[in-house]
Amino acid sequence: MKPDFLEEIYEIPGGENIKDCIQCGTCSGSCPAAPNMEHTPRQIIAMIRAGMRDEALASNTMWMCASCYMCQSRCPSQIKITDIMYALKRVALAEGKAQPKASYMAQVFVDNINTYGRNDERMLIFNYYLKTNPGKFLSYAPIGMSMISKGLLSMGAPERIKNIDQIRKIVAYVEKDGTA
Amino acid sequence: MSKPRVGVFVCHCGSNIGSIVDVPAVAAFATGLDNVVYAQEHKYMCSDPGQEMIRDAIKEHQLNRVVVASCSPLMHEPTFRKTCDEAGLNGYLFQMANLREQVSWVTEDKAAATEKAKVVVRAAVQRVADHTELHTTTKPCTPATLVIGGGVAGIEAALQLASSDTKVHLVEREPSIGGAMAKFDKTFPTLDCAACILTPKMVQAYTHPNITVHAYSEVVDLSGYVGNFQAKIHHKASYVNNEKCTGCGACLQKCPVKRVPHEWEQNLMNRRAIYTPFAQAVPNKPVIDAQHCTMLLKGKCGICAKVCEAGAIEYDQAPEGTYETIDIGNVIVATGMKTFDPTPMKALGYGRIPDVYTALEFERMCHASGPTEGHVVKKTNGVLTHGGAAPKAVALVHCVGSRDKNYNEHCSRVCCMYSLKYAHLIKEHVPGCEVYDFYIDMRCAGKGYEEFYNRLLREDVRFIRGKVAEVNNWAIYPEEEGRLVVRVEDTLVGTTRRIPVDMVVLATGLEPAEGAKALAQTLHMSCSNDGFYLERHPKLAPVSTATEGIFVAGCCQSPKDIPDSVAQGAAAAAQAIAMIKRGTVEIEPTTAHVLEELCSGCQICIPLCPYDAISRDEERRLAVIEPAKCKGCGTCVGACPSSALQQWGFDDKQIYAEIDGILANA
Amino acid sequence: MTSYAYYPGCSAKATGASYEESLMAVARVLGIELEEIDDWNCCGATAYFSVREKLAMAISARNLALAETQGKDIVAPCSACYLGLAKANKYLKEFPETREIVCGALKAAGLEYNGTVEVKHAVEIFVQEPMLSQVKAAVKHPLTGLRVAGYVGCQMVRPYGFDDAEYPVALDTITTALGATPVPYPMAARCCGGSQIMTNEEVALRMSKNVLLAAEKAGADCIITTCPLCHMNLDMFQAKVNAHFGTNFSIPVLYFTQLMGMAFEASGLGIEKNLVGPSAGLAAHM
Repeated sequence: MKPDFLEEIYEIPGGENIKDCIQCGTCSGSCPAAPNMEHTPRQIIAMIRAGMRDEALASNTMWMCASCYMCQSRCPSQIKITDIMYALKRVALAEGKAQPKASYMAQVFVDNINTYGRNDERMLIFNYYLKTNPGKFLSYAPIGMSMISKGLLSMGAPERIKNIDQIRKIVAYVEKDGTA
Repeated sequence: MSKPRVGVFVCHCGSNIGSIVDVPAVAAFATGLDNVVYAQEHKYMCSDPGQEMIRDAIKEHQLNRVVVASCSPLMHEPTFRKTCDEAGLNGYLFQMANLREQVSWVTEDKAAATEKAKVVVRAAVQRVADHTELHTTTKPCTPATLVIGGGVAGIEAALQLASSDTKVHLVEREPSIGGAMAKFDKTFPTLDCAACILTPKMVQAYTHPNITVHAYSEVVDLSGYVGNFQAKIHHKASYVNNEKCTGCGACLQKCPVKRVPHEWEQNLMNRRAIYTPFAQAVPNKPVIDAQHCTMLLKGKCGICAKVCEAGAIEYDQAPEGTYETIDIGNVIVATGMKTFDPTPMKALGYGRIPDVYTALEFERMCHASGPTEGHVVKKTNGVLTHGGAAPKAVALVHCVGSRDKNYNEHCSRVCCMYSLKYAHLIKEHVPGCEVYDFYIDMRCAGKGYEEFYNRLLREDVRFIRGKVAEVNNWAIYPEEEGRLVVRVEDTLVGTTRRIPVDMVVLATGLEPAEGAKALAQTLHMSCSNDGFYLERHPKLAPVSTATEGIFVAGCCQSPKDIPDSVAQGAAAAAQAIAMIKRGTVEIEPTTAHVLEELCSGCQICIPLCPYDAISRDEERRLAVIEPAKCKGCGTCVGACPSSALQQWGFDDKQIYAEIDGILANA
Repeated sequence: MTSYAYYPGCSAKATGASYEESLMAVARVLGIELEEIDDWNCCGATAYFSVREKLAMAISARNLALAETQGKDIVAPCSACYLGLAKANKYLKEFPETREIVCGALKAAGLEYNGTVEVKHAVEIFVQEPMLSQVKAAVKHPLTGLRVAGYVGCQMVRPYGFDDAEYPVALDTITTALGATPVPYPMAARCCGGSQIMTNEEVALRMSKNVLLAAEKAGADCIITTCPLCHMNLDMFQAKVNAHFGTNFSIPVLYFTQLMGMAFEASGLGIEKNLVGPSAGLAAHM
């Protein structure tokens, strides 16, 4: 039980509101993905406040979050719950505690942006399934073919933005501070 | 004036001051100050021996000024003023130096504390030399009380006042007294019928020789000061002569305008243009709603006048009503509350989905004289009538508009209990109906309340701990077809649920009444952050306000149940009676006064006074202060460009002397 | 001439290509200039935030800086881009610490942002007056009798947004302006599953299934959307929803700009790129 986990949550802009949670469950009741989560959003907040850091970080809860913001919109204590979900993802990834597969999408996405400046959807899908589920990739063949035939998937090489160095400089600046 | 002979008394306050401040050193230091002829220390100055020491010293050393260096004036200034008075020295020739809240309690540095203590004492000694004798003034107290609001709190206050032979004016803005309680069917936890226990008190109040009920009236102005107020009452035009009206009800039967939404019935029923709000109305005299009466709008009809055997209908009453000014000594404000309108909480579906009700709407549904004659039924084609189909399952949703930063942060205190009441009533009215009660916490803190909860647990109510996130009316699963769906997390089980029901009752919270803020301004009262009226002290003075002579009782001060409203009504009455029994009021002398030779008549001060204490003498073109209204706040004193306004006990000379005392070594 | 800095987003050139096509066609008809931000970068959407916070905002803010040099407000057709840019914009203004880091990062890259840009969703620029009256005036073929479910999704209305977070009306307003009939649609602002279609497919399929089910129950001839990802889930994965749940949906899913284009009788709307073919009700207007 590590009560200072809460300090990390307070770092999020507006994160201090987590102190106001009365455990009413409106967030979970509003969440469309809750039935598939190991812990409901309310339970995750209870775990954070109880200092159950490792259990919270190992949960699949935040990886199920679709960022629909319904919880944050309705919370009677005005807690930025979706932002807390993002924070949990970040910390889990940084400490290698995230559930596998679930976090790969985000990793691949970020690598793509840092390299090309934009997200080529083919690269995203290709890299993601390569890492997680090559077999599944094949099952996308029909949809893929439809998309190609309708001109929704280009066939050329992925483009890089002109000033990709600006992106690199932005990344270097923020990363060096360790304040990402 | 004789030379000041100052006595300084330094208190240890046990170890509160003594463990940080070197009290003997401060007393010794005081001895060396100008004008000080005697200095002494004591463990507890405020104790009987301590006070005895001061009295003895005043006599022995012919002291004509006293400084007590101890705690905050808020604590013991009155104590020591009285001590001086008892020794024959005017209590205002006294000054306190705060060595506790402002010295020993804010630092652990003993040296610094002792130095500051010496400075503070010196400042007090220099100031007190310029003090002059001041005397409280005594004014008579008019032996009458104004009670604003005829709900259960106001009625209780009025009855208590009347039984002490105090004259009472009870002003109620609705056509009948009774307030919110008159709308209830049963009351928790005893399930007493609300009307059965309230109507006898209503009648008692109306018929009591010491109580004048001004129904269908509002207080529009209050002037004067404690003991001597004048209130202006606006009697709204009812177009019925109450002296002639016998309450036979013939007009109510015959009025052809039948479809006016009945606000008292939460707009679930219609009333006529001439109406009484409910059958047991007190006074039982109808009023004509000028917005809907054909005769008043178009000059045609007149049926009610024709059928009235007593000739009580008066279409020619002045539409603006009449005004009456009364004299009273004090005021009790018992104006009640309103319930939260859940329309903005779109997720709960009120106003969009049929059969989602507010608490008061459901209360009227349960009531035998309500829109469904007491049957708990669903709407038929959007209309609620007693022939509707009974629900198979009802959801009770707690905390609607309460404990919610998006609407009201406060807890409304009564909703857990009335939800339990509804759970029971549903089980009673609709045998076999499933009742789901969705709560965050179950707050049952009153007498018999927890036992009532246990009773409902036994009645097979399905209690689910979780705030309802959404109510919608479209089905995903077969068992939801044609029904309402409640989406919630069952937090104790830890899973989300979709529960099909046929009716939802929202436990809508309590808010300040319509017009509460405007009335506060009329009465010069303050409101707290939540909009309810501000009591003088949240713990020790719950029924008085910062304004002398104005008291509060009931839900207008904060959400509460009937027993607490009655208790507060009686408590406010007791304070009002105490004032009236004394027959006089003491006005503190630390008021502002005008130095007429310096006043230029610029009138800057007049609008600044929060208590309307300053007026203009037109003939002499000077500001005039009514000392009884002045609270000594100092605003006008600070604003006067000519320094023509000074405050007794806080004049410039005294304040500069105190500052000089602080800065003497700077 | 109303002019905006146009932020396409990564999907606009690929899966969301017909959204951009139809948006441009409609903008042409209404005389709105959409000047693409030169060298724009990915907004970060939801994914970047899962890895970095301040950096995600800085990456997003680069586009704000670029638009500021253009001197125009941003229009973003994709709801996730809209939120990504609007959130960065808002947090920069509200939280000094964030502003310091983000502006410092921009400066290191030779860029500058002074907070003068507003971020708008594509729906916003059409639904507010005086543009709404121009939309009505531009209708050549009123879509009379067409029953439309206006699917707004999430990130256009929550946590910020210009429309109601629970029961928005913007799309219904546009639908009515085009002469069509908006159907009562309780799932209008409920989630399709978003990017979970890739990471936790079953979850997203269930959520999309409910969105489609509500439209079907309401008797909609078509659904209109405001986001390429919502469109993809509801259109391209409609067959998979049917396979997974044994449902039988065949509801065409259009971008709202495609519906506008139909009413304007504009060409180049890319409707043929939608996977689910037109229903009878929709075909009657094509």
